[in-house]
Amino acid sequence: MSTSAKPIANTRSATGIPTARLITWWVIASEIVIFGGLLATYVMHRIGHPEWADSASHTLTWTGAFNTFVLLTSSLCAVLAHKAADARDGPRAAKLLRLTSLGGLIFLSVKAYEWTIDIREGFVLSSGGFWSFYYALAGLHALHVLAGMIILLIVAADAAKNRELQRVECIGLYWHFVDIVWIFLFPLLYIAR
Amino acid sequence: MTNESHIHHPNYVKVWAALVGSMSHVRYVLLFAAFGVAAIKAYLVAKNFMHVTVEKRFVPYLLVLCLLFVVILFAGAAPDVMKHSGLHWNKDSAKQAVQSGMGAAPKHE
Repeated sequence: MSTSAKPIANTRSATGIPTARLITWWVIASEIVIFGGLLATYVMHRIGHPEWADSASHTLTWTGAFNTFVLLTSSLCAVLAHKAADARDGPRAAKLLRLTSLGGLIFLSVKAYEWTIDIREGFVLSSGGFWSFYYALAGLHALHVLAGMIILLIVAADAAKNRELQRVECIGLYWHFVDIVWIFLFPLLYIAR
Repeated sequence: MTNESHIHHPNYVKVWAALVGSMSHVRYVLLFAAFGVAAIKAYLVAKNFMHVTVEKRFVPYLLVLCLLFVVILFAGAAPDVMKHSGLHWNKDSAKQAVQSGMGAAPKHE
């Protein structure tokens, strides 16, 4: 395939950075407003409703802490994959991206276990203001993790053949952002009681 | 000969007030600490994993601008959401929710 036949995101850099990376930053910027708005809304309601502390005390702190560890470790794999891609070592980058995706799978499995316990105890989306925010925030984040896992595997499939290695950095940026969102969700939903 | 100490004496009453004040607002102190740790973690990820500090200057500006939008949203909406009464308004349902949730009988005003 000739260079001119590649998508414009891979060949153009009008702003001084490759357009694919620029698009990723735009996505992250818009996600900041989406998650930031939801988090800010939760914080103001939480301060106005001290009685939510009772609901918050039912969340499982250890699963939240474990998931923080899992996501931070998967972020490490993502940045090591970026390093491998910079060294034009596609197969190693692919292996590390698959490990990153595995981190996402562990995260979602723990989340599923945690939600099963919560729902069995009777805490569902409509159980009160806290639980509405809890499921909305963690659910939206989990959807982002799921989307990231799928994209990670697609990028890894190409990277394994030393193709489209510039995508490794872009999906890494997205994954680190998802990690940062969880870093703020953890104290908000599990520690602040 | 005077026996003056070399120690500078601050306003101890103010220090005591700050200590007592932080006790009565222990919830906010804990929240502040939890978010402080989260902010440090987020900074480390953004700096070292996302390489924001070595990216083109407009990228961190763009991200900070979006954070500013969130702060504006909070500043605009928080006073109405966090408080349940004001000069000419009352949110009785919210007050009752707080009171019943905290274990007190709802008051009728």
